Amino acid sequence: MKNKINLLLALSALVTMSCDAQENGPKIETPKNIKYTYEIIADSIDIPWGLTFLNEKELLVTDKAGTLFHVEDGVKTEITGLPPVYVRGQGGLLDIAISPDYATTGIIYFTTSSPLGEEKGGHTALYSTQIENKTLVNTKLLYKGDYNTKKGQHWGSRISFDQSGHLYFSIGDRGNRDVNPQDLTRDGGKIYRLNLDGSIPKDNPFVGDPNSRVAIYSYGHRNPQGMVTHPKTGEIWTHEHGPRGGDEINIIQAGKNYGWPIITYGINYSGTTITEQTEKEGLEQPLYYWLPSIAPSGMAFSSSGIYPDWEGDLFVGSLKFEYLERLEIENNKVIKREKVLDSIGRVRNVEQGPDGYLYVGVEGKGILKIIPTS
Amino acid sequence: MKLVYSLFLICFTSLGIHLYQQKPLKQSIADGEEIYIDFCLQCHMDKGQGVPGNFPPLANSDYLNDIDQSIHAIKYGLKGPIKVNGKPYNSNMISQGLDDEEIADVMNYILRSWGNKSEIIITEQRVASIKK
Repeated sequence: MKNKINLLLALSALVTMSCDAQENGPKIETPKNIKYTYEIIADSIDIPWGLTFLNEKELLVTDKAGTLFHVEDGVKTEITGLPPVYVRGQGGLLDIAISPDYATTGIIYFTTSSPLGEEKGGHTALYSTQIENKTLVNTKLLYKGDYNTKKGQHWGSRISFDQSGHLYFSIGDRGNRDVNPQDLTRDGGKIYRLNLDGSIPKDNPFVGDPNSRVAIYSYGHRNPQGMVTHPKTGEIWTHEHGPRGGDEINIIQAGKNYGWPIITYGINYSGTTITEQTEKEGLEQPLYYWLPSIAPSGMAFSSSGIYPDWEGDLFVGSLKFEYLERLEIENNKVIKREKVLDSIGRVRNVEQGPDGYLYVGVEGKGILKIIPTS
Repeated sequence: MKLVYSLFLICFTSLGIHLYQQKPLKQSIADGEEIYIDFCLQCHMDKGQGVPGNFPPLANSDYLNDIDQSIHAIKYGLKGPIKVNGKPYNSNMISQGLDDEEIADVMNYILRSWGNKSEIIITEQRVASIKK
């Protein structure tokens, strides 16, 4: 009898352990043959949060602490004239992206944590600007989330564009998960869509709804820090930090609810449950979820032909495991995951440059260019 | 006489504490816990255990023996290699943008959590006095 009980105990312990250690496949692989090298094109940047290319030689890099750098031939120069940056917790100077019509207008967009507004604290803001003599000029506030809070978490924020003149950007739930993501009268936990001049597109999903903020395009998000336009379909792909074990990849569709915090594959950092539910009618399922969490930041597709083995693959930075993740995707299903730049440091961002190479922002290092070695 | 003397001492000390401290210790610790959950927990974890190899522990951590050094790290960030309980760490901790009162609160919480014990009360003034 005693033996039976012991066996039962041992079995239940095993079951509990395996539940905790459950992983969502495919398992991450470490390649044996490495067919690339890298060079550092901008060094010594603490947190290279955002990155955009003005042309093949010049780029702009944001440092989260509130500095905007211009980089050319490895030389960093500070760009002055930033609006107030609220550096707190995960917040600071965030993403930056040239406009699709930059060649004619010179317009650049950026997001930052901002103290503007009546309440104490801050929220995510989106600006447009231009550069003259290493200074920002004609800087316009296009959107400012509210209500401000002194919470340090979940500001988003990434910027992307579709092929029909829209800008998309994200704001995280600002540390108020039980209210913001599901409340369309408040900012946070949303993906937003604007016209390039900052006006609201007339066909935005919540236009005409008096109880909604009409810039909202999708909701129920936690903290999206990756956003990219699919090079073939033109769809907006995002990923977001989940709680422990619930990081997600999503394709963003108008008016859809992505479920946070009603459904999630993750649990609290402390190990306690947020919700038992992983799916529910009316709430979108992710294209993929990471278990364990990789803490994803930055997102890019390789579509240039520079890396023949990686053509069409998705790249995502991992803050937690300190590598760049390559994901092979077939019919919107992740079929392979592999480490690139293993143990490089906290990978904050990845972009495909106008020359087709992949550029990677690594904390404490700077911007790395991945070069194939055949 | 002895009674009067000790009463005087108690009054004087509590007045001193009252003048010097912006809020009662109990409140400071409670506020500090909230700050910890928001700004520190993600790396230093829910029981102050840290992440081996990446983020040093705060529970029973010898780094906390030097309180001003700890305040400096929270206030201005910490870069470069350090040793905690004999083990090396080299992760970059950025300044979280906390004000002096919030740093005092979170220090009071850390110094009394997960088995840590301290008689020392960190005040906003002490945090203010730590210069870069």
